[in-house]
Amino acid sequence: MAAHTAESASAENAAPASPSAFSHALKDAFFAGLIMLGLVGPLVGFETVIRDGALGLDYRPLTVAVMVAIVFVGRLILNLTVWSPNRVVKTRTGPSPMARAVTAAGPAFKPALLAFAVAFPLIAVLSQGGLNESRYLIDLGILILTYVMLGWGLNIVVGLAGLLDLGYVAFYAVGAYTYALLATSAPVNDFFAALIGEKFWADWAFWICLPAAGIFAGVWGMILGFPVLRLRGDYLAIVTLAFGEIIRLVLINWVDFTGGGAGIASIPRVTFFGIPFNASEHGFAALFGLKFDPMHRIIFLYFVILALALLTAFVTVRLRKLPVGRAWEALREDEIACRSLGLNTTNVKLSAFATGAMFGGFAGCFFAVRAGFVSPESFTFDISAMILAIVVLGGMGSQIGVAVAAAVMLGGMEMLRNLGFLKQFFGNEFDPSLYRMLLFGLAMVVIMVWKPRGLVSTRDPTIYLKEKKSVSGDLVKEGHG
Amino acid sequence: MDVFVQQLINGLTLGSIYGLIAIGYTMVFGIIGMVNFAHGDVFMVSAFISLICFLLLTTVLGITSIFLALAIVLVVAMFFTSLTSWAIERVAYRPLRGSFRLAPMISAIGMSIFLSNFVQVAQGPRNKPVPPMITDVIVLMDNGSYQVTLAWKQVIIMAVTAVLLTGFWYLVQKTSLGRAQRACEQDRKMAALLGINVDHTISLTFVIGAALAAVAGTMYLMYYGVAHFADGFVPGVKAFTAAVLGGIGSLPGAVLGGLLIGLIEVFWSAYFSIEYKDVAAFSILAITLIFMPQGLLGRPEVEKV
Amino acid sequence: MSLPTDTAAHRWDIDPILSVEHLFMRFGGLVAVNDLSFKVGRGDITALIGPNGAGKTTVFNCITGFYKPSEGRLVLAHQRPPTDPELTAVTLNGERGLAGASSSVYLLERLPDYRVSGDAKVARTFQNIRLFTGMTVLENLMVAQHNALMKASVFSIKGLLGLPSWNAAQKAAREKAVYWLEQVNLLDRADDPAGDLPYGAQRRLEIARAMCSDPILLCLDEPAAGLNPRESLELNALLRSIRADHGTSILLIEHDMSVVMEISDHVVVLDYGTKISDGTPDAVKNDPRVIAAYLGVDEDAVEEVEAEIDATIATGASS
Repeated sequence: MAAHTAESASAENAAPASPSAFSHALKDAFFAGLIMLGLVGPLVGFETVIRDGALGLDYRPLTVAVMVAIVFVGRLILNLTVWSPNRVVKTRTGPSPMARAVTAAGPAFKPALLAFAVAFPLIAVLSQGGLNESRYLIDLGILILTYVMLGWGLNIVVGLAGLLDLGYVAFYAVGAYTYALLATSAPVNDFFAALIGEKFWADWAFWICLPAAGIFAGVWGMILGFPVLRLRGDYLAIVTLAFGEIIRLVLINWVDFTGGGAGIASIPRVTFFGIPFNASEHGFAALFGLKFDPMHRIIFLYFVILALALLTAFVTVRLRKLPVGRAWEALREDEIACRSLGLNTTNVKLSAFATGAMFGGFAGCFFAVRAGFVSPESFTFDISAMILAIVVLGGMGSQIGVAVAAAVMLGGMEMLRNLGFLKQFFGNEFDPSLYRMLLFGLAMVVIMVWKPRGLVSTRDPTIYLKEKKSVSGDLVKEGHG
Repeated sequence: MDVFVQQLINGLTLGSIYGLIAIGYTMVFGIIGMVNFAHGDVFMVSAFISLICFLLLTTVLGITSIFLALAIVLVVAMFFTSLTSWAIERVAYRPLRGSFRLAPMISAIGMSIFLSNFVQVAQGPRNKPVPPMITDVIVLMDNGSYQVTLAWKQVIIMAVTAVLLTGFWYLVQKTSLGRAQRACEQDRKMAALLGINVDHTISLTFVIGAALAAVAGTMYLMYYGVAHFADGFVPGVKAFTAAVLGGIGSLPGAVLGGLLIGLIEVFWSAYFSIEYKDVAAFSILAITLIFMPQGLLGRPEVEKV
Repeated sequence: MSLPTDTAAHRWDIDPILSVEHLFMRFGGLVAVNDLSFKVGRGDITALIGPNGAGKTTVFNCITGFYKPSEGRLVLAHQRPPTDPELTAVTLNGERGLAGASSSVYLLERLPDYRVSGDAKVARTFQNIRLFTGMTVLENLMVAQHNALMKASVFSIKGLLGLPSWNAAQKAAREKAVYWLEQVNLLDRADDPAGDLPYGAQRRLEIARAMCSDPILLCLDEPAAGLNPRESLELNALLRSIRADHGTSILLIEHDMSVVMEISDHVVVLDYGTKISDGTPDAVKNDPRVIAAYLGVDEDAVEEVEAEIDATIATGASS
């Protein structure tokens, strides 16, 4: 990567006498190394440390030397092999390997993925040899599915309607706080207890709040969407980002209402449609004749989020074939043409925004019930960026791509937690989890450079006369907000 | 009145810093139509480079003249920050030029995440305080209970901003580099056909924007006396707000917008509530974009049918 | 088509579907359209011609709601033209339209762009083709029937639940799309992405798409641009059949004189935002101002011709 930077430097410095390929490569690598030195020299070479209350400097020349050497050697090798002027470049035509793989796997891929998702808890339990041992895997599965759902929700806005939303986390937060506040506030509890009975409300709180959270987030989507949807492109992105931040800052600062930065704790847990997961005789385990195990609740949560994610997918697939969904895609393709055909583009945009927000709200409500605790820290811009990255990496508009991207991204991030063995190389102070976000950011850049259109860039038509032909990604526009 | 004057001074100082960062946004947006999300983090990186250079000069080399040290810090920070920004453009944005419009934006967000976490890993997650550099103040008004002061560092910040902006204004308006840049803004393809090296010009835009961000970084460090790895995002968004408020693509607009945002933030904190100062800034961003997307000094956009 | 002589009353005066009255469009200091008035006859094919930069597309954008005119009134009459008192009433009470049993009148300059198409039923195509390139040909035609389908599906709710009445509506929409695909000879490309079609086919598809929104007035911005002679002939036939079979009036901007003179009933000539001629193709063809504007005689010659015309008018008036 860094080696690439020196390309122009070398080109500009190439001597007219045309030196041999090796010396040219050497010179190029030298410049690459020099640039790397400039990049990492100040920030890696020196470390600011606080000693006796004052700031001092530590030196890390070795680290810099290693980094520069890697770039120099890497660049040199690349220059002599891959980027060698003598090398015949193989040009590839036709669909990419990924596209071919998808075509080949074809109709079997989606059901297989679905079957795997449904069987996943069983697989986890069997492979880990016990309920408790499988907790980590199932938690990871829940996390991935949450992001799959968020990705599918945002996909409606970004992938289908072509509206760039950088504040999607706001609706996630609205959903989470809706449930957290409804379920923990005394007046609300009293009201519902009086209305539908104390026990009933206690047992059904989540299931009553879930649709409420979605609808509420959808309404918020409309409220926020109405003023901003006149904007185009990057402006829309920035305003949505601003709204996301405003909502977070209000959550932090409005302490009386939201509990501020401390958040809201002891949010009631999920019940099996009214039957609590506890060790009592009315609990889930007793009722089904099982031995009580806290993992029952976790596995149930897994199926709840799976169902929610599938609902999102189902509704999206359905909507795409309806006028409203076609209007979203038409909007992405050409807004002016839409208006010339009598489409009220404001309504089309609002419907996309509100639908996406609604699914974000469902996911948020789920997040609150799973964690039992919400705080503004969970709804930072990083989450919006992560969801957007999943959508773009997956290939905008492609549901299967988004699911794969979510699994790859979160799985990859999770794997970084387990790199403890690297301590053997870098010493005990090395903490791989520190590098998670760093590598995440880097991965976003690399993936974009490598595949700007994402994994699955072809588009499935929503209606066909004789034969369903997928539309090449080059023709599909990305919308301009 | 006293409080008002004091806040005015503070606001203009903060606004100068925002204005310097805003220029980077406005120029890059003008020339390649992309919001360089990583620019706020480039600013943060520059603050760290300044910090390291300052420590190196004062504690290791033992330079006692603070002004000399600051001058050197400024130059060094500008150089290394520009290099960083050049490399970022080269690696993360140039390969994506002309492709899918969202791609450079995602790439920039990735770069922003990478930079802040890179600094966190390299320099640690804690606040890095520097000893106060210039503490002298000029007392402007004194009514016994309240002193209105103008700190020397505020004078320096405003003076440096003014001088650099003038120089930079000259560069863009009067030199062939500036002309090439404005030509690329208008029509990149045509500019290339007329023999302008577009890649070169775009690189230079990034370099200039980063150099000014580095000035802002140094000033920020001197003013607040602290650097932190997460300090790029919020000033970055505020500077972008400034660029939008002033009219994106317009250089005087960026400075004007920066000053306004600085003033609004300071006055909001002084007279309303300090907790909601960021909410105020973000709200202004939203309101400006919704009701006046061309900004104060920008050209209105005519929809092509 | 019998060409009416100059003395006979023209259809566009008796039964105008659209009256453009004193239209002005200014961009900053530039006056793109300057006090333009003309009428489009119901059932006519009307051509708006003029040299490059004459303001033709600006007029189109005003008619279709994409630009708000600086001044002027655009009266679109469904069924029959409004009487003067009716028109005054509509203009005064500021309603966007008057939906009466016998006639509805729309003041297009007051409608947002999407309602010009959706309610007033004026469809348009674009000079630089604007298809939904990433959607298939069939999908393009389905999008054009959005409003009708939205109504049929009760804002998609029926569709989401998969009710049979929705399926029937969808089937009808599809049949209509197929009908238009046959008309423009694109049936075999129905499942291809619109962006994959050759240029001429894209132009035809854009017309078919506009027709799928059931317009009473179809505005075509240079439909023959970039077509080869054979395609031009096909276009002529298509436009004639649209007018004959569907009663849709057509207003078109065109540079290709073979198309204009062949199929138009009425030609309006613009130059520098002003109308310089208005009449039947034959009348316009022989108008010295048009010849001057088109053949690009130099300034002196234009003045000479104009002086000559003025002299003719003056003598005509005095005699």
